[in-house]
Amino acid sequence: MSDVLLRRIRPEQFRELILFFVIIGMLVFFSFQIPNYFDARSINRLTMTLVIPIIVAVGQVMVVLTRNIDLSVSSTVGLTAYVVGTLLTRNNDMPAVMAVALAVLIGLGLGAINGLIVAYGGVPAIITTLGTLAIYRVVLVEFSGAKTVTTADLPDWLNGVPSANVLSAGGYDLRQMFAVALLVVFFGHLTLRYLSFGRRLFANGSNPEAARNAGLPVRRDVLTAFTLCGGLSGLAGFMFLVRFGNITVTAAQGLELQVVAAVVVGGVNIFGGSGSMIGALLGVFLIETLQQSLLRWAGISEFVRDAVLGLLILIAITADAIILTRLREMWVRTRRRDQVRQQSPPTPEAGAADVA
Amino acid sequence: MSRDLLLRLRSWEGLLLACLLVVLAYNVTSVSNFLTVNNQINLFQLGIEKSIVALVMAFVIINGEIDLSVASMMGLSAAVVAYSFERGAPMPVAIIMAIGVGAGFGIINGYFVSVLGLSSLAVTLAGYIGFRGLAQLLVEDRSVGDFPSWFTYLGQDGLIGAVTLSILIFAILAVVGTVLLHFSGFGRRTYAIGNSAAVARYSGVPVVRNKMTIFMFSGLISAMAGVLITARLGAVRASTAQGFELDIITIVLLGGVSIFGGLGTMAGVLLSAYLVLNLRNGLVIEGVTGNTQTGILGLLLIVSVLAPNLAARAQERMRRSTVGPSAQAPPS
Repeated sequence: MSDVLLRRIRPEQFRELILFFVIIGMLVFFSFQIPNYFDARSINRLTMTLVIPIIVAVGQVMVVLTRNIDLSVSSTVGLTAYVVGTLLTRNNDMPAVMAVALAVLIGLGLGAINGLIVAYGGVPAIITTLGTLAIYRVVLVEFSGAKTVTTADLPDWLNGVPSANVLSAGGYDLRQMFAVALLVVFFGHLTLRYLSFGRRLFANGSNPEAARNAGLPVRRDVLTAFTLCGGLSGLAGFMFLVRFGNITVTAAQGLELQVVAAVVVGGVNIFGGSGSMIGALLGVFLIETLQQSLLRWAGISEFVRDAVLGLLILIAITADAIILTRLREMWVRTRRRDQVRQQSPPTPEAGAADVA
Repeated sequence: MSRDLLLRLRSWEGLLLACLLVVLAYNVTSVSNFLTVNNQINLFQLGIEKSIVALVMAFVIINGEIDLSVASMMGLSAAVVAYSFERGAPMPVAIIMAIGVGAGFGIINGYFVSVLGLSSLAVTLAGYIGFRGLAQLLVEDRSVGDFPSWFTYLGQDGLIGAVTLSILIFAILAVVGTVLLHFSGFGRRTYAIGNSAAVARYSGVPVVRNKMTIFMFSGLISAMAGVLITARLGAVRASTAQGFELDIITIVLLGGVSIFGGLGTMAGVLLSAYLVLNLRNGLVIEGVTGNTQTGILGLLLIVSVLAPNLAARAQERMRRSTVGPSAQAPPS
C-alpha cells in the first residue's frame, strides 16, 4: 500500500497534500465555530487580503530556493507604494500602465541592490536584507517628509480598481487584483518547472558548490532571483497603493515576516533547493485565513495571532526535518528496489514460463 | 615595536580603534563636557541593554549560529514582569519568572537547533515572531507601569557612585565573557564548532551540549536585559525593545565577528559597542533622527561584512597578478 503511494507521489508532493488537508480541516473547524463563515462578503474580503502576500511570496520562493532570504520586501512594498502614490497625486493624468511599470521598475532596482551585495559582495542574505530592510524604510521616511498619500488625491480610476471584477457569481467575486495574483503564481510555477533558470534555482540551492563546479552561473542566478523578488514586491507595492489608498511611512511594515512564515509553512526549505509555488500559495492561504478567522472567532483574543504564527513556523520546519527526511529515505529505497528488480536478468524459471 | 604596532593597526580591531578615535574626536569637539565621567555613563546607559545582549550574541555567532529572537525575548521578559506584577506577584518573583522564561525558551531554541539540527535562522525567526506574539498576549495593547520605586531606582540611578546596576552587570559580563571566550576550554570549543561543527564532533567536542548552553544563555541574558530595560523605562508595552536585533547583530559583526562563525574577539565587540554608542551620540548632535540612525546602522551592518570581503578579494587579486604570470609562463 505505502509502496504504491510512494511510487506515485514525490515526498515534496506529500507535503503539499498534508498542507491541503490541514487547510480543509481548519475551514471545517471554523465553519462550525463562526456563523456565516462562508458568506460572500467575508470570502471576497479574504481574497483581497491574499493578493499582496501571494505576489511577494512568489518572489520570496525564488530567493529562498537559492538558499537565501529576503527580509527587505516589506520596505520595498512600502517604498514603491509611497513613491508611485506621490507621483500619481502630483500628476493625476499618468497612464495606468506607466504607474505599474514604474512600481515594478523601482522594485527591480531595489531588488538588484540586494542581489548585487549578496551575489557579488559575498555578504550573507540575512545580513544584507536586514540592513536594507532598515535602509529602504529610512529612504521612505526621508523622501516623504512625514507626509501621507491620501485616497482623495489619487486619480479616480485607481480607486475603482479594488472593486473591479473579472467575473462574479451569486455575490462571490473574482476580483481583478486577485486574478493578477493568481496569474503571477501561475507564471512563477511555469518558471520553476519548465524554464532552465527555474531548474537552476533548485540546483543552486540544493548544493551551491556542486552547481558552481557544474558551470552554472550561480552568482548571476542569485542576482536575478533577488531582482525578480524586488520587482514582484514593487508590483505588490502598487497593489498596496490601490487597495489602501492612504499610504503612511509605516506602510506594509511586518509584511516580510508574514511572507517568510507563509513560504516556510508552505514547505519551501529554508536551506534552499526544495519547494514549489503551489506550496507557497497554500502557505499564504493557510496563514492569512487562520489570521482572519482568529480575528472573527469570538472565543479567542485578537492578540493571539503572532504567537500562533510563530508556533506554526516551528511546527512546519520541525515536521519538515523529521517527517520528510524519513519519507525521502523510504522513497529512495522504493525507487532503488524497483530499479534493481528491472535490471536483474530473468531467472530460468521465469524464462521457461515466458516460453510456455 | 613600531612594526608591531603597524600590524596591530591593520587588524580589524585597529581599524575600529581608528574609527572610534575619529568619532570620539568629533563628539569631544562638538560637546564641551563630553569626556566627563557622568556624561560617559549617561552615554552607556542609553543603549546598555543592547550592549549586554551583544556580549552573548558574540558567542552565538562565533559558534556558527544566529539568534534573531533576542529582541522579542527582551519584550517577552518585560511583558512577563508586567503581567505577573499586575496580578500581584512580588517584584522579585516576577523578575525571577521572567528570567526563567528566558532560559526556558533559550533551551527550546537550543534543542531545535542542536538536537534536531534545524537551521538557527528558521528556528529563531519563529521565536522572533512567536515571543513577540506571547508578549502581545500578556500585555495586549496596554502600557503597564507603576512598578515599586526601588525597581525603577535600580534601573535609573547610580548604584556605586554614578554607575548603574545595568552598567555594573555589563562590566561583569564583559569580563566573564572575555575569560570564557579566550581563556577557557568552553571558549576554544565554541571556536572549534564555529569553524566546523563536523570536525569538532569527530574530535570529541560535545557539540550539542555547547550549543544548548550558548542558546540557553542567549535566552537568559536577553530576558535579563528585558528586565533591565523595564526598570530603566519604568513602563512596559508589547513593543518594548522592538527592532533591537538590528543594533545587536550590527555591534557583533562590526566588532569583527565573522557571520560564518569561528572568528572574532571580545575586544572587537566591546570596541564596536562603544563605537556604536558614540556614533549614535554624534548623529544626535548632528540632528539626525532616530529612524535615520537605524538606517545608517543598517548600512554599517552591510559594510562591516562587505568591506572585509572586498578587501580580501582585492588582496587575492593583487597576489595573483604579481605571482601569477611568471609562475604560469610556459618554459621556452
